[in-house]
Amino acid sequence: MDSVVCVKRVPDTETKVQVGPDGRRIQASGVNHVLNPYDEYAVEACLQAREKAGSGEVTVLSLGPAEAAQTIRQALAMGADRGVLLKTDPACDYYMDPLSVAHALAARLKTMRLDLLWFGKLAIDDQSYAVGPAVATLLGLPCVTEVAEFAALPGRATATRVVEGDRVRMEVDLPAVFCASKGLNEPRFASLKGIMSAKKKPLETVDLAQGTARVEVVALELPPARQAGRWIGKGVEAVPELVRRLREEAKVL
Amino acid sequence: MGNDILAFAEQRGGTFKKAAHEVVNEGKRLAARTGGRCIAVVLGQGVLAGAGRLGAYGASAAWVAEGPAYATYHGETYLAAMAAAVARAEPRAILLAASANGKDLAPRLAAHLDAPLASDLTGIEWTNGRLVVRRPVYAGKATARVDMGTGRAVLSLRPNVFTAEAPNGASAAVEPLAVTPLGGVAARTRILGVEPAPRGKVDLTEADFIVSGGRGLKGPENFHVIEGLAEVMGATVGASRAVVDAGWRPHSEQVGQTGKTVSPTLYLACGISGAIQHLAGMSSSKWIVAINKDPEAPIFKVADYGIVGDLFEVVPALATALRAARSGG
Ligand SMILES: Cc1cc2nc3c(=O)[nH]c(=O)nc-3n(C[C@H](O)[C@H](O)[C@H](O)COP(=O)(O)OP(=O)(O)OC[C@H]3O[C@@H](n4cnc5c(N)ncnc54)[C@H](O)[C@@H]3O)c2cc1C
Ligand SMILES: Nc1ncnc2c1ncn2[C@@H]1O[C@H](COP(=O)(O)O)[C@@H](O)[C@H]1O
Repeated sequence: MDSVVCVKRVPDTETKVQVGPDGRRIQASGVNHVLNPYDEYAVEACLQAREKAGSGEVTVLSLGPAEAAQTIRQALAMGADRGVLLKTDPACDYYMDPLSVAHALAARLKTMRLDLLWFGKLAIDDQSYAVGPAVATLLGLPCVTEVAEFAALPGRATATRVVEGDRVRMEVDLPAVFCASKGLNEPRFASLKGIMSAKKKPLETVDLAQGTARVEVVALELPPARQAGRWIGKGVEAVPELVRRLREEAKVL
Repeated sequence: MGNDILAFAEQRGGTFKKAAHEVVNEGKRLAARTGGRCIAVVLGQGVLAGAGRLGAYGASAAWVAEGPAYATYHGETYLAAMAAAVARAEPRAILLAASANGKDLAPRLAAHLDAPLASDLTGIEWTNGRLVVRRPVYAGKATARVDMGTGRAVLSLRPNVFTAEAPNGASAAVEPLAVTPLGGVAARTRILGVEPAPRGKVDLTEADFIVSGGRGLKGPENFHVIEGLAEVMGATVGASRAVVDAGWRPHSEQVGQTGKTVSPTLYLACGISGAIQHLAGMSSSKWIVAINKDPEAPIFKVADYGIVGDLFEVVPALATALRAARSGG
């Protein structure tokens, strides 16, 4: 069972977002980056599938700056076997353009042998929910998103999509694409041994030709602070006033 | 490429979703700017009769593909239908709801058409022939304004953000949509079965009112307090990740960065501290109420109204007050 998992390097969720000098991107300095949390579920799914099948390789693929190599190493430390970094140069403007990212990933994926191709449901920076299904379409592969349960068998796999409370059980022929949602599994922590051995695992770096995005971020804006004049009361005695405000000010009752 | 707008009107169990009305209505508004029409695409089983009513939300036509193959959302089958509609309408833009299925379909369609995509929008502008959209990024901590250019674009709209005007008496011209399957990939994806959600529950992403509970509830056995208030309000129950991870509540109820993004009219957070990852999922709610015993809890920073107090006293008192207000008219 050979798997490829696509992972993204993203700002940590605790990051305080500030707009950078160009007004279009976040202020990069001082930002701590992590492996996109949803991608951890995807990595774990690949590791479990390999363990269950008893053989196979897990390859980690990422598109990003040179520093994304560290993100790949994080997945290698969890237990993946090898990494491929599609290294972007600073002129590459795939920032917030999921279709361009999908095209670049698909071009490389076409050359790789795989049964399972995993993505996270979304990247927590650009929040596009898009790269997985877009890659699947470009490659002509079946695709299941919102995967909350998964089992791989030789040649096919079953996956449960949870959609607005409905549980939809799907079966697909392999190779196929899956997008992980929370609840799929408990991603393992990298052991010290895992971290040490990750340093020696193969990581191929490919320089990506400078890419021009098809959409342009013209501005990154911070949301207006919620209006002042908010009201705070104390204890049960405050309940009638809350009800009055909900009815008369907010007009929601 | 023409000036029309194609709006995917998503149904569930034969009934249009609220988000479908929002998408059609926004499609109409956009079509007024582009100088085209809004054409709704309806896929499902037993949906023919209702499709004309999309006219009341602004669709001049409703193109319908009907049959058992469309009863349950199936990405590859729905993609083929949308591709057929695009080939027929040659639209300027395609709008979908950023529902779970809409978020599955939009990127497939964009990849198939080789058209740019922007997901989960909270705003659409039309300036000098260019589509410029607004979308929350970085867990809602910022908004990106994205220029989609002058070509065809695929856009998904965050539910509950684009409000649908009250329906008027108009009806859309209902026409069948002829669909050519796209290769063999659809047959490689099979639906084995659907276990429907418990009946009568409005999904979090579409709910107008949400009452959420956090670790302040102390244990799963106490959630009846939250459920009681939710029932009085006709609200859907939500939860913080802490209580989901503890196994007190199902994953489907989690609100936040790794859970659902919600934008109800009213969000009530009870015993939730307001961690940044929780705020990521609910800060675009129109009105936020917090009940927490700790006056320093960060949730009060985003709340419009707050009560500092013990939720085990305040929440039942609120339920009682609302029930009384309701029966009093
Ligand atoms: C990568 C990542 C992703 C995450 N994603 C999410 C997510 O999607 N959603 C999410 O919610 N969290 C998420 N978290 C977790 C988040 O950081 C918090 O840990 C979590 O939201 C805390 O849940 P809580 O507010 O219920 O619990 P706590 O932080 O423990 O807060 C409990 C609150 O209840 C109050 N309280 C206690 N007793 C009472 C009482 N009797 N009456 C009134 N108030 C009372 C306390 O004052 C306190 O403020 C994520 C974390 C990470 C690292
Ligand atoms: N630059 C990237 N490199 C590798 N994988 C990516 C990249 N961007 C997105 N992905 C994958 O696509 C998923 C969805 O991302 P997005 O569509 O950007 O929300 C992520 O969880 C990753 O698995």
